[in-house]
Amino acid sequence: MDNDRIDQIINKHQGAASSLIQVLLEIQSEHHWLPREVLQRISEKLQVPLARILHIVTFYKAFSLVPKGQHQVHVCVGTACHVRGASRIIDSLQTLIGIKPGETDLELKYSFETVNCLGCCALGPVLEIDGKTHGKMTPVGVADVLKNYE
Amino acid sequence: MTRINSPADLEKFRQGILSSRDSDKLCITLCSGSACQASGSGEVAASLEAEIEKQGLSSKVEIRKTGCHGFCERGPIIVIHPDETCYLQIEPVDIPEIISQTIKEKQVIERLLYSDPVTGKKIVHESEIPFYKNQERLVFGNNLKIDPKSIEDYLAIGGYAALTKALSEMTGEQVLEEVKKSNLRGRGGGGFPAGIKWEGARNAPDATKYVIVNADEGDPGAYMDRSLLEGNPHSILEGLTLGAYAIGAHEGYIYVRQEYPLAVDNVNKAIKTAEELGFLGKNILGSGFDFTIKVHQGAGAFVCGESSALMTALEGRVGEPRPKYIRSNIKGLWDKPSVLNNVETWANVTLIINKGANWFRQYGTEGSRGTKIFSLVGKITNTGLVEVPMGMTLRDIIFKIGGGIPNHKKFKAVQTGGPSGGCIPEELLDLGVDFDALSQAGSMMGSGGMIVLDEDTCMVDVARYFIEFLTDESCGKCVPCREGLRQMLKILTNITIGKGKEGDIELLEELSETAKEAALCALGQSAPNPFLSTLRYFRDEYEAHIKEKRCPALSCKELIAFYIDPEKCQGCGTCLKKCPTDAIIGGKKMIHIVDQEKCTKCGTCFEVCPTKFSAVTKISGVPVPPPVPEEERTVVKKSKEKQ
Repeated sequence: MDNDRIDQIINKHQGAASSLIQVLLEIQSEHHWLPREVLQRISEKLQVPLARILHIVTFYKAFSLVPKGQHQVHVCVGTACHVRGASRIIDSLQTLIGIKPGETDLELKYSFETVNCLGCCALGPVLEIDGKTHGKMTPVGVADVLKNYE
Repeated sequence: MTRINSPADLEKFRQGILSSRDSDKLCITLCSGSACQASGSGEVAASLEAEIEKQGLSSKVEIRKTGCHGFCERGPIIVIHPDETCYLQIEPVDIPEIISQTIKEKQVIERLLYSDPVTGKKIVHESEIPFYKNQERLVFGNNLKIDPKSIEDYLAIGGYAALTKALSEMTGEQVLEEVKKSNLRGRGGGGFPAGIKWEGARNAPDATKYVIVNADEGDPGAYMDRSLLEGNPHSILEGLTLGAYAIGAHEGYIYVRQEYPLAVDNVNKAIKTAEELGFLGKNILGSGFDFTIKVHQGAGAFVCGESSALMTALEGRVGEPRPKYIRSNIKGLWDKPSVLNNVETWANVTLIINKGANWFRQYGTEGSRGTKIFSLVGKITNTGLVEVPMGMTLRDIIFKIGGGIPNHKKFKAVQTGGPSGGCIPEELLDLGVDFDALSQAGSMMGSGGMIVLDEDTCMVDVARYFIEFLTDESCGKCVPCREGLRQMLKILTNITIGKGKEGDIELLEELSETAKEAALCALGQSAPNPFLSTLRYFRDEYEAHIKEKRCPALSCKELIAFYIDPEKCQGCGTCLKKCPTDAIIGGKKMIHIVDQEKCTKCGTCFEVCPTKFSAVTKISGVPVPPPVPEEERTVVKKSKEKQ
């Protein structure tokens, strides 16, 4: 991500230090992760110490300090999905793609995360890949869904 | 769009919208809330638009993409007006038939209607479906009628009338008095009377004040605030503006989770059109009152739903709570008096000013007036959002509206109030739901999550689940929460994996008491509730786990084994084919055996075993019987045996 684009985003938020989180969110959603150079640029432009920025990006779940995989795999672990067997979906995914929740594989193919309630409880347990929802999942169904992302 | 500068202008504008609309014109409303979109309402909409175009009906039929209707179990939902014909679980392939049959020929398509599970009777009209019929949809009802992206739709159903009334006929103090009189209590969890909170802020000496919408709905299993914000954003803006007028604020914030992209979009669009028309901005409706609203997206932290943490997050910092020696209505956002209420509370304000406190007070119970939206999820037939008057019994909500437990399972408990709430057992099903009754039962109202649990749910695991959630979400500022919850999680996890020991329950109780007394904010103080309430009503389950290493619900993976009953197995091979870890030994017409070493207890064999055999069983607390010797594994058909 180049400095011009970062400056553009900062200017959109009138360069106010209180809009730090909004700036970071916008960069995260465009770039999918926050490299150190980007954070340094924000620190200079908004006059916020880098330490405080790092405090924020490690506190909130939306930010990532490492690159993300090509496919974002999310398993809902909201209460409704949990009682309908979300942990079995996680076990099954772990076997199939070989990484644990919170990890990205070495080929940068999948990033695997658990999320707290996607709000489509009628479809639980829910698996979401790249924003597409796959409802009423079973351990066997997971393998079928993953085939579309091979 | 031209700015509206007076109540008279607004009335003229409203009449203009109404007269341009023909109530007999065919209108297809399609639920396009997030839950329905997950079930494919986007594809349905595209195919609907294409088909109408193709059949040359564009001028005769209107398509309206509304917010969430609430009956998520049966989404995507289509309602055809003016007849109110309701079709459920629509797929794009159904569209051509709907257009040619229902729209052109006025024929109802039987197979797409709701069919009563008991009588089998087909129901044509949405409002007659039992799920809807037994509700009181004061706040949520308008979601069905309007396109959230259209301010005209909102004005057509009488939108911004409350604001007009307040600005032209009432003083700020009178608005405050009306809300106080209604005894509206905060819908976000605490149940604190909104009017009293507002009064504190109004009387605070500082000239700069803020009003804030808490749309950081983080409770897993609760999504009513999202559906309101997505489906009827103007009603929230109107309520917030009324609150600002009442306390004398000129700036407002909406703190909404970034995980709710559709809500963020719709509310941003709503603010923009409201500004263009003059419902926000300077000199609103010619009254001299100025008010602006900004949207702030939350970056994913459950604790930011707590008022003081939310305000620090709004300031662009890490969302950690602060001790509340001084309440936030005196010193809140940027140390100014700030009123924070949740989405549903603000939506109620609009209704109260519109129809009066006396009207509002006729709903609900003495201490809890009005209605409450619950998200009814979990092991329930009709998953969805339900709005009922306070005081309705749990039994009515779960069985009359929710349709009971699916698959002929037995009801065990209902978990209310999110991670800070508790579980209510079957004996208390006749409890009328309101703020005080739920607290007395050891749970709480919370934001309105209602997760139904059946006999297959392990209560120790439920407690462990919530403590795990809260341990993960604890901000780490105070010790009782950061360290105490971590220890509680360790002990509870040990119990569910068969490593529980005598004294664990007592230790958990001690840790609970410390967190309750000493944690800094509501997250930590209420964190032990899931444990304490399950212990209160389901102590026997804890003891079975600890003493017998048995999970009575047959749910805890480490304490159960899958076993194929040799008497029942017919050697069909279904489980053998489906097992993902090749843990099943068998062959054609051979009794199948589970290799306990290889089994990962995923439960696939249990699910796929044909119901006519039901040979796969779960056992807990007893050793797995030894496998049948190899030479005796041939399946002998009972019918042949007799010959």
